[in-house]
Amino acid sequence: MAKKVLMKGNEAIGEAAIHAGCQCFFGYPITPQTEVAAYMSRRMPQVGRVFLQAESEVAAINMVYGASGAGVRVMTSSSSPGISLKSEGISYIAGAELPCVIINIVRGGPGLGGIQPAQSDYFQATKGGGHGDYRMVVYAPSSVQELVDLVQEAFDVADQYRNPVMVMGDGMLGQMMEPVEFKERQTTRNLPEKTWAANGLRGRQNHNVINSLFLKPEELEAHNRKLQAKYAEIEKNEVKYELYNFDGEVDLAIVSYGTLARICKNAIKMLEKEGIKVGLIRPITLWPYPKKAFDEVMDKVKVGFISIEMSEGQMVEDVKLSVNGRKPVFFYGRSGGMVPTPAEIAKKIKEIVGGAK
Amino acid sequence: MPHQEIIFAGFGGQGILSMGKFLAHAGLEENLNVSWFPSYGPEMRGGTSNCSVIVSDEPIGAPLVTDATAVVVMNRPSLDKFERYVVKGGLLIIDSDLVNREPERTDIEVIKIPAQRIAEEVGSKKIANMVLLGALVEKTKIVSMESLLKALKEHGKEQFYELNKKALERGAEFAK
Amino acid sequence: MAIVFERPKALLDVPTHYCPGCTHGVIHRLVAEVIDELGILDKTVGVAPVGCSVLAYDYFACDMYEAAHGRAPAVATGIKRAVPDSIVFTYQGDGDLAAIGTAEIVHAAARGEKITTIFVNNAIYGMTGGQMAPTTLPGQVTETSPYGRDVNVAGHPIRVSEMIATLDGAVYVERVSVDSVPNIIKAKKAIKKAFELQMQGKGFTMIEVLSICPTNWGLSPNEAIKWLRDNMIPYYPLGVKKDITAGEVK
Ligand SMILES: Cc1ncc(C[n+]2csc(CCOP(=O)(O)OP(=O)(O)O)c2C)c(N)n1
Ligand code: SF4
Ligand SMILES: [Mg+2]
Repeated sequence: MAKKVLMKGNEAIGEAAIHAGCQCFFGYPITPQTEVAAYMSRRMPQVGRVFLQAESEVAAINMVYGASGAGVRVMTSSSSPGISLKSEGISYIAGAELPCVIINIVRGGPGLGGIQPAQSDYFQATKGGGHGDYRMVVYAPSSVQELVDLVQEAFDVADQYRNPVMVMGDGMLGQMMEPVEFKERQTTRNLPEKTWAANGLRGRQNHNVINSLFLKPEELEAHNRKLQAKYAEIEKNEVKYELYNFDGEVDLAIVSYGTLARICKNAIKMLEKEGIKVGLIRPITLWPYPKKAFDEVMDKVKVGFISIEMSEGQMVEDVKLSVNGRKPVFFYGRSGGMVPTPAEIAKKIKEIVGGAK
Repeated sequence: MPHQEIIFAGFGGQGILSMGKFLAHAGLEENLNVSWFPSYGPEMRGGTSNCSVIVSDEPIGAPLVTDATAVVVMNRPSLDKFERYVVKGGLLIIDSDLVNREPERTDIEVIKIPAQRIAEEVGSKKIANMVLLGALVEKTKIVSMESLLKALKEHGKEQFYELNKKALERGAEFAK
Repeated sequence: MAIVFERPKALLDVPTHYCPGCTHGVIHRLVAEVIDELGILDKTVGVAPVGCSVLAYDYFACDMYEAAHGRAPAVATGIKRAVPDSIVFTYQGDGDLAAIGTAEIVHAAARGEKITTIFVNNAIYGMTGGQMAPTTLPGQVTETSPYGRDVNVAGHPIRVSEMIATLDGAVYVERVSVDSVPNIIKAKKAIKKAFELQMQGKGFTMIEVLSICPTNWGLSPNEAIKWLRDNMIPYYPLGVKKDITAGEVK
């Protein structure tokens, strides 16, 4: 077993990417993820790989497009306003079916917003910040260890499906230090060779083209249908979630992800002492959304579900779609960098459960 | 000790963040769950700096501490801000050389340490943070002094180890 | 000499968030004094960038905008085109103007937008904690050039004033510094002239101000001033880079 080291989330992201064979990193400073770039600027040259600070997030994501198209593992990292700028590039990357890993350490918006932790980019990440019928796998780790594991997984998933993958944390996850272990890992996935890479003919007969332009409607539709088939495959295979405290019936089920889910667990423990039993569905993939988790626990839930978010209510829409009218859905959120406390969450839940009892 | 949540607060440059880091490293040394979370962004420029450290034998929830079992403050604004974060019966440690007001709470334990003076006696005002950390560890038994020294040895600057060690010990003595 | 210790009317009476010794404050004051002296406070509109001076909207007494990172010249263009008799200035750092906002500044200048840009070059990204800027000097150590800026990897610094001066829409471009009292006086003169030319509808004007960032350079304010003199001025020579009124009888 590798020794556990205490590491900041943002730095752990960099180290995880290096372990996963990331060859190029293109970034641009923005709080609260700047340490990713700083770490990579130090480490990548040490391991003979590429670190480059781009002139903007727009440039950085297009550098990713170039490097990924050339067949190497590549990552970029930013925070909310920067991801908005990357959204154009992400759409092109999805359209051209290129694998890459994008880190988003979310801060509060809209606009310049603030720099404190938030989850208000859920829509942007899961419903496509960019244009077109595309999907991107979105992981939402809740600890630095899970962050490390998922960053590594993200590179494999990206390569397997030729698709962009986002790992989304919040400012807390990026800034906090926790013990982590970098496990020696071997992928169990069957990763296709990158025969499509445009890195020079080098004796190849046909030229490779990295492209998302299809001027004929029939062709574009066919391309889109092919993408959809791929997305369906991802939905079938890649859903990840955690169920917590669902042994037996629960009064209410919380749905919450990322670091906030940990806070919810604390609230659940508080409520337990008062005789209120609450379960937690923690989506680990935000897309594909773990709809089946809801089916699994539906019969155990007495009062309903509550989506708890650091936003004004975004994931709650997917919760409603997943519950599909079978039980009431409630919402509790703080935003702008306000982080709910366990006590605050417990109070809200008591109100709901008390009202129902 | 099973579960403790600590806030360290003061000015940037006082070693606030490293105080927390050493404690977290010491907790890890004892195979406990630990988290360390700093204040970040331009607020640091205004001069204030703080970090939350949790050491626990259970999985840690939020790394951000709002109900602190102990708070260590190295300036007046930090006392003003964080005094109310201490849980009832909790501990407040004050660098009395830098904080010129008395705490208002009467439902908590307060230790006032002339940390600057003690640090100066040891060798440098710069290690006042270690005096306070020594007192915290002695009083709360959150980790053992051995683990803390080990953390200091592994993660601190080697040339300051002896000095830091002395400062920790003086702080611990004061709190006994 | 016009060094008065009274607060210019164009600056609000609030404490700023700048680090001790930071020259952003000096530059704010110069702009404000010029606005006062020209008597244009009630029709001036400023655009703050994203950078340490992001909160400039809280400090200037004129109407202010906060723009997205790098986009201030486009925002200023919108304002000026909508309200042609307003006096519009942007206040931007080197990351904001010379990295992410390169397109906006180049095209505002090329279009000859009748705006004034105050470009604060401190050779670093101050706000985000000291990363490499486009203007970071060769060999300079920053958070993202930990081994010193290697021009073979990270490219060369950009001399923005010289570059902008090549554009026909730019009518007045000067690089100044705020490292000494004589230079501060020159800086103010330059800023005033830029605003005057804007008022005359001549075209785009930009004043680049060499400024210090003691915090992220890891120096005391005095050492930082010396570092600016010894390192920045040789690379970024002071002086007028373009002046279409040169030779005109005043
Ligand atoms: C789209 C976007 N990318 C990145 C940032 C983060 N950011 C804030 S300020 C800044 C750089 C500021 O540096 P500079 O313009 O040189 O101004 P200074 O702070 O040095 O005065 C960056 C990159 C942001 N706010 N928005
Ligand atoms: S970080 Fe640098 S530029 Fe920003 S206020 Fe401080 S000294 Fe000035
Ligand atoms: Mg700058």
